[in-house]
Amino acid sequence: MGIAERKIEDANLLKAVAALTPDKIQQVVRSVTKGEAGARLAVYHETCMRCGMCAEACHFSLSHKGDPTYTPVGKMEQTMWRLLRTDGRVTPDEIYNMAQIAFTECNMCKRCVHFCPVGIDTGYIISLVRRICHLLGVVPMYILDTAHSHSATMNQMWVKEDEWIDSLMWQEDEARDEFPKLRIPLDKEGSDVLYSVIAPEPKFRTQLIYQAAAIMNQAGIDWTMPAGPGWDNSDMCMMTGNLEMMGRLKRAHYEMAQRLRVKRIVMGECGHAFRSVYDTGNRWLGFKDWPVPIVHSVEFFWELLTTGKIKIPQKFQKPVTIHDPCNITRGYGLMEKLREVVHMLCENVVEMTPNREHTICCCAGGGVINCGPPFKGTRVAGNKVKADVLAATGVEYVIAPCHNCHGGLEDIISHYKLGMHTKFIGDLIFELMEKPGAE
Amino acid sequence: MQTFYTIAVGPLAWFAWAVFLVGSAWRIFSMASLAKNKEMAAVAYFDTAYGMRSIARWMTPFATLGWQKNPVLTFATFAFHISFILLALFAQGHAILWEYAFGMRVWALPPQVASALTIIATLSCAYFLVRRLSNSTVRFVSTPGDWLALGLATLPFITALLVRQSVGDPLLMTLLHVLSGEAVLVAIPFTRLSHALFVPFTRAYMGSEFGAVRHCPDW
Amino acid sequence: MKNSGSQPASFASEWDWEKGKKTVVASVLPKDPEAWQEELYVSPDGTHMAAVVRLEDDSFTLRVNDGQWEQSFEKAWMPRFAPDGRLTALVMEDDQWTVAVDGTPWEERFDFIWNTMFGGQSQIYASIQSDMQYGMCKEGEPWAELHDNATDFSLSPTGKNSAAVVQVVPLKQADLETFAKGAYTVAVNGTAWEQTFVNAWTPVFNCLGEEQVAAQVRLNEFEYTIAVNGTPWPTTYNCVWAPSFDPLGSAVAAPFRKGGRWGMAVDGAEFWKPTYYQCWNQQWSFDAKKLWAIVAPEYGKFTVACNNTPWNALFPVVTDLVLSPQGTRAAALASHKNEEFRVVVDGVAWNDAWDMAYPPVFSPNGQHVAALVRKKDTMTVFIDNKPVGQTFTKAWQPAFSPDSSSLLLRGVQNGALVRCVLPLNELF
Ligand code: SF4
Ligand code: SF4
Repeated sequence: MGIAERKIEDANLLKAVAALTPDKIQQVVRSVTKGEAGARLAVYHETCMRCGMCAEACHFSLSHKGDPTYTPVGKMEQTMWRLLRTDGRVTPDEIYNMAQIAFTECNMCKRCVHFCPVGIDTGYIISLVRRICHLLGVVPMYILDTAHSHSATMNQMWVKEDEWIDSLMWQEDEARDEFPKLRIPLDKEGSDVLYSVIAPEPKFRTQLIYQAAAIMNQAGIDWTMPAGPGWDNSDMCMMTGNLEMMGRLKRAHYEMAQRLRVKRIVMGECGHAFRSVYDTGNRWLGFKDWPVPIVHSVEFFWELLTTGKIKIPQKFQKPVTIHDPCNITRGYGLMEKLREVVHMLCENVVEMTPNREHTICCCAGGGVINCGPPFKGTRVAGNKVKADVLAATGVEYVIAPCHNCHGGLEDIISHYKLGMHTKFIGDLIFELMEKPGAE
Repeated sequence: MQTFYTIAVGPLAWFAWAVFLVGSAWRIFSMASLAKNKEMAAVAYFDTAYGMRSIARWMTPFATLGWQKNPVLTFATFAFHISFILLALFAQGHAILWEYAFGMRVWALPPQVASALTIIATLSCAYFLVRRLSNSTVRFVSTPGDWLALGLATLPFITALLVRQSVGDPLLMTLLHVLSGEAVLVAIPFTRLSHALFVPFTRAYMGSEFGAVRHCPDW
Repeated sequence: MKNSGSQPASFASEWDWEKGKKTVVASVLPKDPEAWQEELYVSPDGTHMAAVVRLEDDSFTLRVNDGQWEQSFEKAWMPRFAPDGRLTALVMEDDQWTVAVDGTPWEERFDFIWNTMFGGQSQIYASIQSDMQYGMCKEGEPWAELHDNATDFSLSPTGKNSAAVVQVVPLKQADLETFAKGAYTVAVNGTAWEQTFVNAWTPVFNCLGEEQVAAQVRLNEFEYTIAVNGTPWPTTYNCVWAPSFDPLGSAVAAPFRKGGRWGMAVDGAEFWKPTYYQCWNQQWSFDAKKLWAIVAPEYGKFTVACNNTPWNALFPVVTDLVLSPQGTRAAALASHKNEEFRVVVDGVAWNDAWDMAYPPVFSPNGQHVAALVRKKDTMTVFIDNKPVGQTFTKAWQPAFSPDSSSLLLRGVQNGALVRCVLPLNELF
């Protein structure tokens, strides 16, 4: 039992930890615990009653029954509480363990909030641990590379500026075969909607851009996509603890929208990106609200369907279930709208339990899936409980309006042989909608 | 012994109250200024209505997911805290002290009820103790501070029981009870018992974030 | 954010400033309502409109007023007028890209071209990629040296020189080591600085000599500073924003972050103490006596500060800071959640609030401020807090005559592109 016995080798964690000294560690820890952090850390540390009620919350502890090291309070105990108790006097090896816990054994999904009587925010505490790890350079290799891409290209996937425009033009060409009048308007000043996506879309899932363009086109939306950097709304820097870069990315995103004088940003089906634009990046930049509103696809689709801009002649017949992504439900309260959208599209909806704001995490979010292949086993073993929840629905399709959730759920579906398929809402709408403009 | 007792319920009591009040005020004030200085990005979202909503919800037994999934602990927690507050304010002996100190007459609990509450509180503490030893999570995360807090919180009830059951010298037992109560007072601002001061804020903050920003219940 | 409020006065002096309203094009819509026309754009002087039109399946060209370019292309997009009135568009022929200027494509072809930019003397620049090598080209002439990647393109004030952030060391997949050693730097006219950095952003030119360039650089995972001609300041910061040169010398100012607050540094020394929740978009007055910036004195509350003294009025968001040519006055836009736009001039907000506002424009003598605004579907221009009395369904930035006596409006009224010159004395 314990993190030391489940150490997973990660090239950068090994290398970065080897360069640390106890003095350096202590200095960095103090710069956060006594410097950047404030009353929340102090109060949470002092008032966490060590009651263990949160053990019932976390998919990791529910999947590893009886192992306290996976419980929310257990993870805080092994990381931040220990750093505070020792005033940062810990060994490099311990930092390795803490990094592994913070980056791969907590999705910062905040389910534990519903369980803690005191109101401790474990996700926040873990994000502080990640911040310390970032300042020590101790960040898993894959996600660090993604953060580097963000800093060099303002997007997550090293997509160069011409490649971005080219992918959009390519999708426009493709879509024009089906919808002769379709356009993906680039940098169209004064549009109602600026559509932003995460970088894996132009890189690996261009079909999603095609679908979005078709939906926008058929719904008659005055929309545009940005032709320059800032188009990627995703944010792995928020996840690695590189808050400065998070701020820089969000600034680029907002300023691109401001420059184009659009009314609002509509984003694809991604959860963490929503969080970064709606809730975290804005704060770091000093905005109390957000300079340009960001609308998640679920909410946007809800508008399109309820106003009749998109019509669904025939609903999807096979039974489906709904996975609530934490960042848009626990993070923004889209539980009901998500249901309404799915019911407008599907005849037969089977709810999973727990659901809505009590949803159990996909175990991919919070940057965990971005830590790459070495940690896939952690995610899959740590989410057996979700596999049980999915299996209990007995349906074949899971609707999950979030990229990370897709990745996470697909991994547990294949590992636990659930024989299910994941779907985006955009997939369904594209499949089912009336296409008057199609040839 | 009598002198000791007089000191304990006289100057020592005043001292304990002073430490409690001044200490608590100082702790809350310094936390608030720390938050203002470093965490405006959190403080700015404080919302009284959502804060109160969250506090009310969590003060209702079994009204939250956390309470529902930990039923025994929930029962013990509510039983303990209700007993603690009722007894601290309205036990007959305390009523006499209120009158003695401030000359004001307060309503007192009937002795049988007080006895029952004392027993409930003691049993709750016993449950906390057993749970802290037997539940793997709680055992894993317990620190000396948690034991100290539990010990401090239990002592006044045990001594009260002893007084009531006339075990040992009554004056000595009463003195011990008074001293343990004063120890709790003094300890509140400086030990894990400070949750009495801070939980309203942590709760209200979480309620604000979930209510005003996340549009989602925090229970 | 670019200061789009300033206007190149030299070109405006050649425009037609005769008072009155003229219809430039009777209908901006295509004659055949089914025809495909996109990206309507209007020249700075308001005498021309341009739009991309589709001739047949894979053939596009540009409509200019009621005519169109002779040549057509496989793709055409981003029609933009240079300050001198030349019309440019990004076009593709035989899978090769270039810029077409007034209908004639440059001879040079590239694998990709994007991001048309104009220099102060109307030079036409664009970003290019050839054989997976990146850089810029000026009037068809690419940089002598191209790089593995290029971003953050920037021009000198006169438009003679160009710079960008370039990648000078190849990165393998997940190549953390090379990245940490520094694979990026700034290239000026294609020539990269010798020093490399973990990251570099926003190169800017010295207004005077143009041989100097400053940029934000990141030295390691968490140390940021400003580098001038490749040499970083000795002081490093938790974060910095884009630098700017003192217009009279070579001092460089840049916002920096310390202890969670923002201040201003000049040449690596603290100039404004870090007390703000945000501080960016600093601009010097032409005589370098005043340094203006957008700041947030309280969390979530923004305004404009001059020489470290903020205006009293605070707003949830402030953007588009514009200085008068004399540098003594400033105007900016305030908004809340991208709504309720207000024009704030010298710290005082105009009475009305709009659904959208565009960067304010100062008259050359600094006495008047005009702003293009939109409420619902109607656009209009306000000058000094008063409407000019013309409304449009779509309009472009207004411009003042070089003698500050008239205001030019450009917009679509009843489907027609009109151009209005309003003498200011008749407006007040
Ligand atoms: S993964 Fe979610 S439930 Fe588990 S500790 Fe982290 S935030 Fe809490
Ligand atoms: S439920 Fe809250 S108070 Fe209890 S152990 Fe978990 S975090 Fe601490």
